[in-house]
Amino acid sequence: MSTQSHSGMVEKRGTSLWLTHALMIAGVLVVFFPIWLAFVASTVTQQEIVQPPMPLLPGGEFINNYTKALTSGVNVPVMTMLINSLIMALGIAIGKIIISLLSAFAIVYFKFPGRTFFFWLIFLTLMLPVEVRIVPTYEVIAGFGLLNSYSGLIFPLIASATATFLFRQFFMTIPDELTEAARLDGARPMRFFIDIVLPMSRTNIAALFVILFIYGWNQYLWPLLITTDPEMNTIVMGIKQMFPSGDDVADWPVIMATSILAMIPPVFVVVSMQKLFIRGLVDSEK
Amino acid sequence: MQKRVTFNGWLLPMLLVLPQLLISAVFFFYPAGQALYQSLFIPDPFGLSSQFVGLGNFEYLLGDKYYRASFFTTALFSTLVTVVSMVPALLLAVLADRLIKGAGTYRTLLIWPYAVAPAVAGVLWLFMFNTRVGVVSWYLGQLGYDWNHVLNDGEAMGLVVVASAWGRISYNFLFFFAALQAVPRSVIEAAAIDGARFWRRFFTIVLPLLSPTTFFLLVVNIVYAFFETFGVIHTITSGGPQQATTILVYKVFSDGFVGQDLGSSAAQSVILLIVVGALTVFQFKFVEKRVHY
Amino acid sequence: MATLTLENVKKSFGKTDVIHGVDLSVNDGEFIVIVGPSGCGKSTLLRMVAGLETVSGGNIEIDGKTVNDLEPMDRDIAMVFQNYALYPHMSVRENMAYGLKVAKVPKPERDEKVAAAAQRLQLTDYLDRKPRELSGGQRQRVAMGRAIVREPAIFLFDEPLSNLDAKLRVQMRLEIKQLQSSLGVTSLYVTHDQVEAMTMADRMIVMNKGLAEQIGTPLEVYENPASLFAAQFIGSPAMNVLKGDVNNQTLSLENGASMPFTSKHQGPVHVGIRPEHIFPADDGILSLASSYAEPLGATTLLHGSLEGSNALLTVNLPGIAVGAGSPGQPHAKKFNFDAAHVHLFDLETGLNCT
Repeated sequence: MSTQSHSGMVEKRGTSLWLTHALMIAGVLVVFFPIWLAFVASTVTQQEIVQPPMPLLPGGEFINNYTKALTSGVNVPVMTMLINSLIMALGIAIGKIIISLLSAFAIVYFKFPGRTFFFWLIFLTLMLPVEVRIVPTYEVIAGFGLLNSYSGLIFPLIASATATFLFRQFFMTIPDELTEAARLDGARPMRFFIDIVLPMSRTNIAALFVILFIYGWNQYLWPLLITTDPEMNTIVMGIKQMFPSGDDVADWPVIMATSILAMIPPVFVVVSMQKLFIRGLVDSEK
Repeated sequence: MQKRVTFNGWLLPMLLVLPQLLISAVFFFYPAGQALYQSLFIPDPFGLSSQFVGLGNFEYLLGDKYYRASFFTTALFSTLVTVVSMVPALLLAVLADRLIKGAGTYRTLLIWPYAVAPAVAGVLWLFMFNTRVGVVSWYLGQLGYDWNHVLNDGEAMGLVVVASAWGRISYNFLFFFAALQAVPRSVIEAAAIDGARFWRRFFTIVLPLLSPTTFFLLVVNIVYAFFETFGVIHTITSGGPQQATTILVYKVFSDGFVGQDLGSSAAQSVILLIVVGALTVFQFKFVEKRVHY
Repeated sequence: MATLTLENVKKSFGKTDVIHGVDLSVNDGEFIVIVGPSGCGKSTLLRMVAGLETVSGGNIEIDGKTVNDLEPMDRDIAMVFQNYALYPHMSVRENMAYGLKVAKVPKPERDEKVAAAAQRLQLTDYLDRKPRELSGGQRQRVAMGRAIVREPAIFLFDEPLSNLDAKLRVQMRLEIKQLQSSLGVTSLYVTHDQVEAMTMADRMIVMNKGLAEQIGTPLEVYENPASLFAAQFIGSPAMNVLKGDVNNQTLSLENGASMPFTSKHQGPVHVGIRPEHIFPADDGILSLASSYAEPLGATTLLHGSLEGSNALLTVNLPGIAVGAGSPGQPHAKKFNFDAAHVHLFDLETGLNCT
């Protein structure tokens, strides 16, 4: 093992290669176990779970449990929560991308009074999570009568400048000559933005979309506060609401089916757009 | 900071920044200002009027043993989350980096937990360690260990740490793996020719080259543990037992919404604001350096 | 088709003056090359004509109409950039048609113009490719195509060949020149390469430190450099410059030699002699010590130090002038030159005072 070399290097011995694979598989299994267990629990009966130990291989109740979750759930059908989550996540991702593209374009491509001031104002909103300003933000939303509304779910979460920053950084790498060529070709600013800047930003927009979609989908505290009506619950916060208060026994198969349903969209987005996602992640944290 | 080439005019750019400015003003600057303002007042018990107390709320907080305990809890929690999420991630990344074939498959599988919401992660881990039905707690019981995170402070902390760190292993793995792949092969080969064996090469050459990534992840994971783990705590322990897992963000929520103590909650927000600010400045200074590195 | 006039054009960035007042009058269809070292202000001058930089002082006229405050698109110009500046996400066809599209030219007309330009530039087979799928020379042609489809009054070129390798540069140089003369479009061409200036220009402007040192045809500048700078910048290898002194009818050089010479100028002076005007002569007044020969085939360059001084001297001899048995060793040691080929430059101003 100690003579094993870095990838691509001369020596690569049989046993230690297998050992590496074995360790890697063990790591993946450990990391995967919670998801596997949740899946198994979503395919067995309540009876099998409450008499530990529960089985470690899937049972035959898959269709029953998922149908029950999707159509009736506990407080509200999970289908409703899925739709709410989808609207919220899309709203946050698309809304944030649009306002960020516009303001980043203005900041990078124009000299106008107060530009530096706006820049710092936007910079200030970086990284300050909603959790920190939770009470006053709640009051603002309540004041606008936006409790239990999609606007209330979406707007406070697009009020930060991470995406603006990312687009600004990308726009700075677009060669000046392209802007000049476009000016000589007669393109006015918005034409340049639509014909040149947007198409060139496609991959960045897609990568950011993945990140923001997951960010929006996975929100917990904010929907917990402002959606008192179960019809407006999102799936991630709705799971906790499915646990009974007091000593009643939780409906584990339905709860676990809901958990699996709650992770399918973000996992699907991440895995299917893996390359874009990794690129977006590494870029957005730079 | 700006392009050599710019367009003329001021109305259009103003219109372009307007949406972001409006949303930031209404949902960011105003609430942040409100938090600052409220932190200087104590509302009367009926919420009809409030009394100016200056820094009284802050003095009270700093003197409050629960608040100080929460500070300590947060420090312990974020340190543990950072360590528990980074060490396995580094090990997995080193293993994956040694493989020519299959590394991509492992990476695809390891990404999954990142996409799982902290609150959902909380539910999954709660299910495994549930005192009545949990598989892991049941097997622990068979081994003679009586797991009960509902009553035991240490076990509660351990569970929220592991549940919080779980998804971060994916995240850290991606960064470590990318950084390892970027280590120039010639450097490794030179060390190999110099006779350094794998672990020696790892500690004397690879690890120092990874230090910018490690340092960056350190900061990012601390920020994560501070602010984004609310869902885990709320689903698993609700801050208990006896506030043993009440981190600062959880306390802002429980004092503000459950306890309705707005002045104190606002003051806590302001303190958190300062902490985030410091971490942000720290991170940006570091990022600046990393650019020059 | 247009004329271009610059009157005392100035540019400053903040308090730094980069162009101190340039006058130029370009005739219809003329090919003007602006040549100079980097930082001399040549690109800035071009960009002012393009409308990409504001004019700090003076006047720019196209066809007798002041354009100082016009947007680039309203000046009836087209520009070829150093890095081509092709839109990476558009095909060759879209790149060439973009300006027409913005100008709302109907599609059939657009297609026709693009097809014609592509034909002329041998790009017809590449119209649907993206710029990244093209070679450097092809990208260069697309950039030219984009300029010609708009049928502008003036072409502007900003070091268009500097990213190409040496062989391609020679070829493209010829193509650009042929294209320009067949289209007959007034052109302004910026380069730092004096060979491009010599070979392409109808007239050239030699720029240095924000000033036009000389404006003239290539041969005028070569034969009659207006200043020491122009003399040394144009011509390869560069002109030799020795210290000298003119007294009555005698020119004495720093190595102690002297020769009969008539000039209005009297007193100390820079003496410029082009390497190709020096020839071997047994009774020559220049003798080279520790010289080294570079046979280039058609000519041979000799480099050496001038005996009796610290000056370095370069001599350009026709043919192969190296000893067969000892490569690097020239045949000759003594050299001479004609008084007619001597250029004198003022010690203070650097101006030609022959």
